[in-house]
Amino acid sequence: MLVDKNTRLIVQGITGREGGFHARQMIEYGTRVVAGVTPGKGGSKFDSVPVFDSVARAVQETDANASVIFVPAPFAADAILESEAAGLPFVCAITEGIPQRDMVRVVNRLAENGTCRLLGPNCPGAIAPERCKVGIMPARVFKRGPVGLVSRSGTLTYEIVQELTNAGLGQSTCVGVGGDPLLGMRFVDVLPMFEEDPETEAVVLIGEIGGSDEEEASVYIRTMSKPVVAFISGRTAPPGKRMGHAGAIISRGVGDPESKVKALRAAGAAVAETTADIPVLIRRALENR
Amino acid sequence: MKLHEYQSKELLASFGVPVPGGDVADNSRDAEKIAELYGGRVVVKAQVLMGGRGKAGGVKIFDDAGEAGRFTRELIGKRLVSPQNPAGIVVEKVLVAERVEIEKEFYVAALLDRAQQKEVIMISAKGGVDIEQVAAETPDAIVRLYVNTKWGLCDYEIRDAVERAEIDRRAARQMVLLIQRIYHAYLSSDATLVEINPCVLTADGRVIAVDAKVTLDDNALFRHAEFAQASDESAEDPIEAEAAKRGIAYVKLDGDVGVIGNGAGLVMLTLDEVARAGRKAANFLDVGGGAQAERVKQCVELVLMDTNVKSLLINIFGGITRGDEVANGVVNALEELDVKLPIVARIEGTNAEEAKRILAGANLIPADTVQEAAAKIAELSA
Repeated sequence: MLVDKNTRLIVQGITGREGGFHARQMIEYGTRVVAGVTPGKGGSKFDSVPVFDSVARAVQETDANASVIFVPAPFAADAILESEAAGLPFVCAITEGIPQRDMVRVVNRLAENGTCRLLGPNCPGAIAPERCKVGIMPARVFKRGPVGLVSRSGTLTYEIVQELTNAGLGQSTCVGVGGDPLLGMRFVDVLPMFEEDPETEAVVLIGEIGGSDEEEASVYIRTMSKPVVAFISGRTAPPGKRMGHAGAIISRGVGDPESKVKALRAAGAAVAETTADIPVLIRRALENR
Repeated sequence: MKLHEYQSKELLASFGVPVPGGDVADNSRDAEKIAELYGGRVVVKAQVLMGGRGKAGGVKIFDDAGEAGRFTRELIGKRLVSPQNPAGIVVEKVLVAERVEIEKEFYVAALLDRAQQKEVIMISAKGGVDIEQVAAETPDAIVRLYVNTKWGLCDYEIRDAVERAEIDRRAARQMVLLIQRIYHAYLSSDATLVEINPCVLTADGRVIAVDAKVTLDDNALFRHAEFAQASDESAEDPIEAEAAKRGIAYVKLDGDVGVIGNGAGLVMLTLDEVARAGRKAANFLDVGGGAQAERVKQCVELVLMDTNVKSLLINIFGGITRGDEVANGVVNALEELDVKLPIVARIEGTNAEEAKRILAGANLIPADTVQEAAAKIAELSA
């Protein structure tokens, strides 16, 4: 699901420091990086990857079907819209710090046109372990297996994946939706994919304070046949303070952890008190199936 | 970035939103002069970014310019404390504003509705009180008008929303214009919140923004040179101000365990684990992805600026961030800053083995998991 062996990836911003570094890492992992895009640098090469001036041109020449964005924040919203306009069905925006006003326009246009799925922004990407990585996750902690994982946080995902892997629980696909208040795909968009995915047998959902995505996800979890184990971080954070992620803020009575835990439990999800409990709960859920 | 009330009003006035006359002062003589312009009939308001300012004694009404000046002298340099902000904030400036005869109080705000992913105008005839309380007790009293990103706000939609909110008919026409201007200000300045509470109908039939809160999008400041000066004044805490200067995500909290980690989610987890172990974190600090030794050193320095800090917990899961870089930064910081506090460090992920070797040479307490690190911190503090 989302990313696999058939993913033909464009890296927007491949000639930049971050874009270049992660393009190499993705290639090393086995991802098919077919093109790079940097306006003004078309016709050149990055290692053996051809670089184009525009996404449209890159798609035309390489038959790419996905893009990952490392473009700096002031230009990143435009880069997303460019990929959508070029007809790509999947775009992943790694960039952090895109202005809110730009993202309001982006998410509303994407929702209206309905042709392009956006993952992020401010996200670590998506990985199908041992097949394809689109993003910046440290590859070595991931291992192929039956657990699907969706998360609002990057490093916390690595932490929890390592615990799963150490416990012998590999992953089908791991998706980092990002830490911004305005996102493309959210929990409610990713959970149905896990429910449909034949390789996924159980799902880990890693939420945090702020917004109401976990509460909305709970409505869908109620209808799922596969078990869900959830974890919420920021349970001791004070209201009104933005805890790093722009989206991680308890404000105006919305986004507090108790409401999330309550909604998830009521929907039948097992909520872990600490990260160490997650592998235990997943194993129990798999055994009880 | 939160703007002070006087900054918010200046911004809104530049977009044609009516606000009471007045000016900002940092001494009693200036305050008295401003008050004289309005025949002494003024309200003096402390310019501090905290809730519960009025109850904390930061707002007072006067009939006499001299008294307004004397109150200003008392207020400047005083620390205001409220339930929302127990640590308190020292008053540096006051706003001396013309008093208006209030007949009705309304509420208007422009902000983002995260769940709907749309901008929303919130209107209520129940102004002048805490809007969260209105939302909890009488949710129907708040009317929400969602903005179509393609077409913007139309007058007929606002007229309808104002009517539904049961805003006094005498104020209706002015409210439509005011809301258009507020939305224009919100968009043009890349605000994430413009809130007018209260917006009043005066005895002589004018609609005026009597209080105003504006929060700007930090991510969009690069295209607003006009706010460069405002950013110097908006810090709610001196260490947070220093962190902002250094580009470090730092939030001051009220415990005594200093925390450094990488990635917002992992740092939040670390705070939670410290709390589970029975202690309280002194701060949130995210070193950011790919941090080098020098930056780590700066982070250690920043955390130790807080004199409440009695111990330090470092929790790094290296992805892009390399464990050995972090370890070197920590060791350098300890040497150069001559740190005497006990430190528990847990470094996992990329180059973790090398990190452990580097840390072994320093006077640190190692831990393998975040739970173990938190437990060790708790033992130290007990």
